[in-house]
Formats: sequence, structure tokens, C-alpha cells
Amino acid sequence: MSSIESGKQTFEPRIIAFFCNWCTYTAADLAGTARMSYAPNVRVVRIMCSGRLDPQFILSALREGADGVLIGGCHPGDCHYQEGNYKALRRFTLLKRFLRSMGIEDERIRLEWIAASEGDKVQRVINEMTETVRALGPLHLEAMSMERIEDVIPSELKAETVAASGGHHE
Amino acid sequence: MSPARPDSDSKPKVGVYVCHCGINIAAKVDIADTVAFASQLPHVTAAKEYKFMCSDPGQDIIQKDLRSGLIDRVVVASCSPLMHEPTFRRAMLEGGGNPFLFQMANIREHVSWVTKEKAAGTAKARALIAAAVERVVLHQPLQKTSVPVHPDVLVVGGGIAGIHAALTIADAGKKVYLVEREPTIGGHMAKFDKTFPTLDCSACILTPKMSAVRSHPNITLWSHSEVTGVDGYVGNFKVKVTRKARYIDEEKCVGCLECIEACVFKKGKTDDEFNLGLVKRKPVYVPFPQATPLVAVIDPKSCIEFKTHKCPKNCVEVCEPKAIDFTQTDRTEEINVGAVVLATGFKAFDARRISRYGYGKYPGVYTSLEVERLVNAAGPTGGEIIMTNGEKPKAVGIVHCVGSRDEKTNRYCSRVCCMYSLKLAHLVKERTNAEVYNFYIDMRTPGKGYEEFYEKLLHENVHFIRGRVAEVSDWAMTAEEKGKLIIRVEDTLIGVVRRIPVDMIILSVGLEPQPDADDVRRLFNISCSREGWFLERHPKLAPVSTFTEGIFIAGACQGPKDIPDSVAQAGAAAAEALALIDRGRVEIEPNTAYVTDELCSGCHTCSNICPYSAIVFNEETEKASVNGALCKGCGTCVAACPSGALQQNLFTDEQIFQEIKGVVSYV
Repeated sequence: MSSIESGKQTFEPRIIAFFCNWCTYTAADLAGTARMSYAPNVRVVRIMCSGRLDPQFILSALREGADGVLIGGCHPGDCHYQEGNYKALRRFTLLKRFLRSMGIEDERIRLEWIAASEGDKVQRVINEMTETVRALGPLHLEAMSMERIEDVIPSELKAETVAASGGHHE
Repeated sequence: MSPARPDSDSKPKVGVYVCHCGINIAAKVDIADTVAFASQLPHVTAAKEYKFMCSDPGQDIIQKDLRSGLIDRVVVASCSPLMHEPTFRRAMLEGGGNPFLFQMANIREHVSWVTKEKAAGTAKARALIAAAVERVVLHQPLQKTSVPVHPDVLVVGGGIAGIHAALTIADAGKKVYLVEREPTIGGHMAKFDKTFPTLDCSACILTPKMSAVRSHPNITLWSHSEVTGVDGYVGNFKVKVTRKARYIDEEKCVGCLECIEACVFKKGKTDDEFNLGLVKRKPVYVPFPQATPLVAVIDPKSCIEFKTHKCPKNCVEVCEPKAIDFTQTDRTEEINVGAVVLATGFKAFDARRISRYGYGKYPGVYTSLEVERLVNAAGPTGGEIIMTNGEKPKAVGIVHCVGSRDEKTNRYCSRVCCMYSLKLAHLVKERTNAEVYNFYIDMRTPGKGYEEFYEKLLHENVHFIRGRVAEVSDWAMTAEEKGKLIIRVEDTLIGVVRRIPVDMIILSVGLEPQPDADDVRRLFNISCSREGWFLERHPKLAPVSTFTEGIFIAGACQGPKDIPDSVAQAGAAAAEALALIDRGRVEIEPNTAYVTDELCSGCHTCSNICPYSAIVFNEETEKASVNGALCKGCGTCVAACPSGALQQNLFTDEQIFQEIKGVVSYV
């Protein structure tokens, strides 16, 4: 996890990414096909739509040892499932508010709209995110009392999510 | 968090197969290390490597292990699941396993191809394999469901690609709707005089195909119409087509053109779109003599009757079939189709964007498409190359790559400009015997007979000057230049800046996506490339498919293309659509959502946010339930369910939590 760089120990952040199948995961494939090399710190979990992103996944990633979480979805208006990315944005905004109150820096979680053709954006965002989180240092959330967080927050957060997404219907 | 397993009496047996992909993976991932690592992971009963897992021998390894009972679940660490997931699922099925007890770890596109150091690549590959193993243990055996496919096909765009696709599908005995927004089909090809490299007459080869469309019993041709709504999914698209009012009854009009003769306008006053504004047309018109359908159309913006309601309406009087109907309104048709072929074509680059070439400023500067009309026997000058000043040019400059291969406009090569410039050079020389100068950066003539055509032009006393034209001006430095347009260019073959005086300049404009390509893309839920061309599913292996099942692309809407390539692609798209329709049924991915009744609190959250109205609420039991046929598997409801009652096949909370654990493990 840590490497020797010019004789100094540097911190290698662990970042987990949730990419939607249709836009961002495809863009990441394109970055590969085009051989656009980038920092090896980001590892991707594929979901069909950024709308599938349960805020608990982000909490889980941080608890399991991730220092940052990156979310990639289709550009607004382009969602393969009509509007899953808007739902992702709402949940992301709420979760960020919660994480801020926990003392977790905003920069540790990032949401980006990356279209299937934007392989270069995948490269750029991953490199930027790696540098940003590297500068912030390790999160060590596992040292916090996650049980307490889990007991109190998810129900509240769920309630907020419900309030934010309810009443909207095709 | 106890994993629900299908065969709870036996422990899962996972096989991990690491692919070298030649050196594509092996160069940046230590294969022996990853195999050794995988072999000691929990539940792994076999860990093997092979040079090409997707090959037959590679698939055989998996199938043998399945049949022998060594494994019952599979992780293949190779390329992207978007590439070979279907291949390995099929292999599992044929090996007697369930195709969904399978997970891919993408160690090529997401690891070896993007990672510089082997140590880092190996570590990342290990983590992705660990995640896949953690996850596949929780997979459930699933069955694909299938739905019937509607046998009709929609083709959007009536250029040569759309025409060819429609005819191919119709000839195979299927019903086709061909929707074209212009009043006639024919597209750009109808505007050309000759085609390269054979110099055969464009209309002579196109118009028979146009009339074949009109008379084909299986084709419903809706010109002057646009697709305004698309709903549904592969095999079952519901499409709304708005048929714009032409104010002339298409059924009654016989194409006698009497109405145009009789119109109170003695002369046209509106720019004739088909002739790119080189001539004027009347408010009632047909775009060109071979228009298909040969039905007139009234333009309400210039028609006196629409403006003042005081027109003597001579047109109505002379129309024997009584086809003119000023009360007509736009109407919407709703159709069901199983597949769609998009062939919406391109837009010619707007030469005004490069102001130093003087288009729009000097009357002697034309675009290539305008000259196509000038040399066309059915065009505004009857095929004579006469400029707006009424004179024949004595010297003509053809400027290549206008709007192409330039950081400031479009970086890509428009692929057809070299060839059509050569064609125009030949035609101009033939008709006027003028001095013709071609200004090119590179000559690009890859195609059957294309290089030979270039050779032929080299012997026709046409001048070729290599260099990007700097500027066009009318500022004469010598008596010889007076009254001429001067092309300033560096001749890079002799290393001299030259000034070439000419009478006429032809700007070989490049190809661009249609200005509304983005709207069309959203309508059909497909993707565009960076430049705005419709994105194919795979540039090599699925060039006419899109990421949306059942939607195919053909012709220049996918990228700059000449006529032979457009026709070939249209045939390919037609074949793909036919293959889909002839199957009769289409398999639906089983990654749909489902409800666990005991956990459902009946809060309505899910049913309110489902974009497909796939979740219904049972008033009696007060539980939600998912209609699997309507669910598209986005999982938005699953993420929103506060009690965890909703789950998504292949993407359950547990599976994703395990995957997270695996990728963060950084083993």
C-alpha cells in the first residue's frame, strides 16, 4: 500500500469507484482500449445504473478501508434508464452532508458524469482523485465506531432519501 | 448477512480462470502469481491459466471442470464483461452449468491496458479477482426470460443508407416504416451529379431505388415526417411519428405540378433548399423532378393564403384531384416495431466558419455541394458551370479539407472530400476547359478504384498544389490578378508561397453530425462519439449495433462515409434487424428487481420512483410487487427501499457489499 518514492514513504490511497454500465464503465473500457494509463489506485465496481447506488455502499466502502469513493454516471439527460443519474445526484448530495458532519472531507467522495466516449475523462478524473485523496491522507474510518454510525444514520438517511425521491413519478 | 445459496447442502465450488490474452494481460499482470493467489481464496477449488480463455480450448477447460464436478461457479479474469460475458455465460450453459453463476474480473481494459507497472497491475488484478470470487459465491442460478418480437421495422432517414436498409428488409418480407423529415427521400446522393470513381450518374442509380421504395408493398413511406417519441425496448418499441402538414393530400395528389404553375407567384421568392439557395422556389413546390413521393408541398411561411387569407387560390382551382387542403394539421401516428435502423446522415460543414476563405463574402466562392448542383443537368443552370455573374470560369481553385483535419474545426478526416474534389475537378475541366487547381494537404484515396481515379486526374492537366490554403482575397498585386480571387498558399513541395488568381473557388467542405443528432440520440437512447457521430457497440465486431438492443445505425450518421460504404453498412444493419426479427423472441436479461414480501412495509417509495411503472402496489396485502416484463433492471428502487425488501438479481445488496470488500482488500 505504501511505496518508496525518492527515499520517502508515500501514502497510496485506496479508492473505490461505482461506474454505471452504460456510460462510465464503457468509458473506462475505452480508456483501456486507447491505452490511456492512469493511477492504479481506483478499483471499479460495475452497477447497471448510478441510480442503483445505495448510500450504504459508499459507507461500506469507507468502512472497509477505502480512502475515497468515486461515482460515475451518464450525463444529465442521458441516463439509459431515463433518470437514475438524477436520483444518484440527490442521494449523493444528502450523503455528502452527512459525511461532512462526520468530519469526512468533501473531496473524498466525488460524482462525475462521464459519457461512453469520454475515455480521457476517466483517466483525468482517476488521476485527479488519486492526487486529491493522497494529499488528504488516509481516512482510517475503521478506527471510528462504525457500529454507532450504522445504528443511527442509515435510517435517518434513508428517510431523507425517501423524502427527496418520493412524489416524483413518470 | 448469511448468503442465500441455491444448493445450501453443498458448499460453492469456484473455478478461477486467468487469461493471458496473449501479452495483452500477461505483460502487466503476473499470471502465475494471480493464479497462486486465487487458488488459496475461500471456496476456490480450481485456479487455472490459459493463453486465450475466450477461444474454444479455453472454454473447454471451464466446461470440463464443470462436468467433472470440480467446480459449479466460475470467475474468468480477462477482458471487459461488455466484451465476453455472453461468451462465457454460453460456455457455462453448454457445460451444464447455470450461466449466471459466473462473474468476470476485468483485468485487461481496467488493469493491464491502463497500468504502467507490473507490480501495481498484479495487485489490482488480485483485488478484482478476490472481489469476483467473494461475489460469485452469492450468485443465484437464474433463467433468462424471453418476450416476443414485433415483426415490423422502423428506418429513420431516407438517404441512400435508409433506402437500401428499407428495401433489404422489405425484400425479406418484413413490413418497414421509412420516415424522412424532408418532403422527399434521396438525401445528399440525390443532389450529386456523378459519383466517384465510376462517374456514373447519381440520379440514374438512385431514382430506381427511390421508386422501388414508393411502390414496395412492404414499405410505408412517410416523408415530411419526424420521429417524436420512442418508448419500449428491444422487440417492442412504441414509436410516435409526427407527420407534418404538407397542406396537400398525399393520397389524392398525382404529381402533375399544375398547382405550381398556377400559383399566384409568377416567380419563386424563397431559397430553394434542394438547390442550396442557388435558385428560388414558390410556396408550393416539389423539391426536384424525381422527388419521391412525387407530391407537392406548401410552405406556410411563404404562402399568401396562410399570411393574408386573401389569395385567389389558383392552385386549388387547377387541382383536379382536389388534393389541396389548407386546413391540414400535423398529425401523430403511433406504430409498434421490433427493431430500428437509424440512417439520419450528416450535415455539410458550414464554410462561413472559416472566414478567411471568403465564403459568403465573395460571390465567386462556392461550396462543393453547390457546385454539385451547378454541374447537375437537372440543376439550376442545366448543368452549365456558370457563376452568379453569368460567366464561365477560366480558372478554378478547389480547396481541400475545409473544416476537416484542423484543430479549430474538426480534427477528423471527412473521408470523401479528396475523392469528390477529384471528381469535381474532372467535371469542371470537362465542361469548361478551365485551369483547375487542387489545393490539398494529403491525397487520401483508399478504396476500390480510387487511387486509379487519382492517377487518371493527374493526366488530365489538372494542377495539384500541396499546401493548406492560407487565405482567399480579391486584393490584386499585379495586373494579372485584377478582378480575380487570389488564393494564397505555401506550395510545400517547392517551398514557396504562391498567389494563384482564379475566377471560381470550390470549398471542399467536410462532413459533420446533423445539428440535432444529440436530440435523436436521446430519443433512441444511444450514445455519440466525441465528435457527435452515433456510437457503435464495437468499432470492429459490432459496427452497426448500438448499446441499446434493437437499435442499429447505418451510413454517415455513424461517421463520414461514401456511398459504397453507406450501402454496405445499410445492408449490415438490415441483416442485424432481420436476424433479431426472425428469431421471433428476444431474451431479456434477468437482472430485474424483486420484492421479499416479509420485509416490505408498503411505503410506496419504490413504486413512486420507478421510471417504467413496473412496480405495482397490492392494496390488499399492502406489499409492492415488480412486473418482471416491464422492469429494465436499473436498480433505482432497490437503492431507495428503506427496508431492504427490494433486491435486484445479479446486483443484490449482499453481492455488492461482498464485491466492495474484495476490491478494497488490496491484497
